[in-house]
Amino acid sequence: MASESSYYVPENSWIPVLTATSLGSMALGAGLFVQGKTPLILLAGVTLLACVLFTWFSTVIGENMRGMTNAQVKRSFTMAMGWFIFSEVMFFAAFFGALFYVRVLAVPWLGGEGEKAMTNSLLWQGFSAQWPVMQTPDQVLGGTKFVGPHENMGFPGWGKVLEWLPLWNTILLLTSSWTVHIAHHAMKHGNRTRFNVFLAITVALGLAFVAVQYREYHEAYTTMGLTLKSGIYGTTFFMLTGFHGFHVCLGAFMLSIQLLRGLKGHFKPDDQFGFEASSWYWHFVDVVWLGLFIFVYVLG
Amino acid sequence: MAHGPAKGIGRWLRATNHKDIGTMYLWFSFTMFLLGGFFAMVIRAELFEPGMQIVKPEFFNQMTTMHGLIMVFGAIMPVFVGLANWMIPMMIGAPDMALPRLNNLSFWILPFGFSLLASTLFMPGGGPNFGWTFYAPLSTTYAPPTVNFFIFGIHIIGASSIMGSINIIATILNLRAPGMTLMKMPLFVWTWLITAFLLIAVMPVLAGAVTMMLMDINFGTSFFNAAGGGDPVLFQHVFWFFGHPEVYIIIIPAFGVISAIIPTFSRKPLFGYSSMVYATAAIAFLSFIVWAHHMFTVGMPLAGELYFMYATMLIAVPTGVKVFNWITTMFRGAITYETPMLFAIAFVILFTIGGFTGLMLAIAPADIQYQDSYFVVAHFHYVMVAGALFSSTAAVYYWIPKWTGRMYNEAMGKVHFWVSFVAFNVTFFPQHFLGLAGMPRRYADYSLQFADWNMVSSIGAFAYGASQLLFLYNVIATIVAGRKISDPKVWEGAEGLEWTVPTPAPYHTFSTPPAFK
Repeated sequence: MASESSYYVPENSWIPVLTATSLGSMALGAGLFVQGKTPLILLAGVTLLACVLFTWFSTVIGENMRGMTNAQVKRSFTMAMGWFIFSEVMFFAAFFGALFYVRVLAVPWLGGEGEKAMTNSLLWQGFSAQWPVMQTPDQVLGGTKFVGPHENMGFPGWGKVLEWLPLWNTILLLTSSWTVHIAHHAMKHGNRTRFNVFLAITVALGLAFVAVQYREYHEAYTTMGLTLKSGIYGTTFFMLTGFHGFHVCLGAFMLSIQLLRGLKGHFKPDDQFGFEASSWYWHFVDVVWLGLFIFVYVLG
Repeated sequence: MAHGPAKGIGRWLRATNHKDIGTMYLWFSFTMFLLGGFFAMVIRAELFEPGMQIVKPEFFNQMTTMHGLIMVFGAIMPVFVGLANWMIPMMIGAPDMALPRLNNLSFWILPFGFSLLASTLFMPGGGPNFGWTFYAPLSTTYAPPTVNFFIFGIHIIGASSIMGSINIIATILNLRAPGMTLMKMPLFVWTWLITAFLLIAVMPVLAGAVTMMLMDINFGTSFFNAAGGGDPVLFQHVFWFFGHPEVYIIIIPAFGVISAIIPTFSRKPLFGYSSMVYATAAIAFLSFIVWAHHMFTVGMPLAGELYFMYATMLIAVPTGVKVFNWITTMFRGAITYETPMLFAIAFVILFTIGGFTGLMLAIAPADIQYQDSYFVVAHFHYVMVAGALFSSTAAVYYWIPKWTGRMYNEAMGKVHFWVSFVAFNVTFFPQHFLGLAGMPRRYADYSLQFADWNMVSSIGAFAYGASQLLFLYNVIATIVAGRKISDPKVWEGAEGLEWTVPTPAPYHTFSTPPAFK
């Protein structure tokens, strides 16, 4: 077996090709689903993905517990997680870039700024640039495809600051980054109870964040007229906060798996990679939120 | 570890061996190369004469789009991943890739992704017809319904690239033999380290771009729609923020291959090794800050045009360093001209021509004339075909004796080279003239004054296509019946760990870290 030599190569495995099958079926199924056709292929793909990922992670955890994962392999895992988070950073960068571009350049141009005066006078006469865009160019010309919101998510003034949901969400998420750090510290010192308690608090804070965001979205759709279809403000608002919210769900799911593993006693003070990787992910989600809080809410 | 490969199809489906996975990447890439090449033949057949003869304009658009997508994502990117899989562990003294199961997942996503992409050609509305750069609103408001399959296909293909790159970085940074410091790594390994970084940085941005398209098409957002306050030009910014580094993702591993082959057949060490490393890193860095030179005609502010023009011209400096080093490596070397060396020398000459036309295109006021003409088509085919494809062909000839323990037919290799070299230039050199004379790209028909050079170009293309079948034959003949060899050092002048292991390379190369001086 590989563990006897100083290098480790895993046995042949069905898991990767089945994972690829699930991704292929999800791509086909999602393409069908968004066109209003059957959701079954997408669901089958997602189910298969869940099964194979469960098996894959169980296998790796099992290998580690049997001592087959040497320090070099662990270093590979660490690097892989770090670079994966970097790729996620770049995914968010695309959407932040889109926000900066429309806000700083495209919307003022539509309003006729500088050399682009003709754009405004020939195509979108009457549109005046402002951010958030409360009235879309389409609306100014009498269109109904993109109708701007009556209210936006920006800073409501100091009088109403306590009703401002994103502030609460910032507090929740920053606290959760702190609690997950305490949990990490506790495990490093072998204090399992403290680890479990603080990890549970972290997951609860994450779920509270999702609940508050759900309420915020509900308000946006029902009372503020702010939807995906309300022009570029709604577009950037929902895509940025939506992808972030999805990552919070993913991070909370990862941490709750680690909580279950913690309860089963999987981790040791010097061997807790699964937890550490999830906590890095959690910190990353937190940092993205700070970017959102500043650029989407405070300056929005 | 002593055991050999598993029997039957399971060996490939359940693979964790870097050589098996590398082999699958190489064959997959060649299959896609033939498919993309077939689409190119359709394009050149239609353009053989003015007027519409063979296909309808709508189908012609699908052919240009699919040719580009298949060649970039299906042929060129995977061929270098295949070479990376085969060679990096052998070059750095590793037993395998760092994450063998992830490696197999990265590969097996590709057949699913490309089947989905190619199958759109047979669906109602036809396949993608908006060009491989899929500019909005052609790819959003005016796209065929199959665009959704294209979007999700790109998503999983991108995931494959990201996972593959993570694996390559972890392998290089973590699995090097003791004593192999970063600045002692073969240049091919260096170029892949930098390429993998570029891939992880920009494939997520491509995912972002297609996600924005998906939302605009199906969920009423207005990223690329001015009526909602968005901007179609935003698509081009996001796309080219991915797209320009993508060009270097394609060419930087090619630099690594050439930097392995030229010293071997010049029987001299690579000239200026450290400057090669720094030049590659500089090219990678610059690739992130020049993207809008693809967009000089969209109506950017003057300051933007000037910035992107000058920043782009800077790339000529590190690229010049590389070309200088390759030529200086050959200078006063004991050169022999085996097939890999012929392709490598052709690379240096033709890639330099492609670089010079790139410099012409970088000049914003001049680019306004060249934009979207056949001059651009000629420029990037000098880089993609004579650059990336010639170097990967050279790599196959160079390393196939090590892979198989059999020598390819040198005479047939030379015939392949000369037909490819001449046919390539007959195909693409006249396209410079066509472009400068004003022929726009991506049209199914053209004005009569362009007829002569189009016919010449088409004849060259058919010859180039045919010569690749000769290559296929030579490769199969080598594997099946090539002359057996067993010397670990296949080429007299070759240096590096991969030439210290037996020929053919054993299924598991190193089970303990080799000594490296």
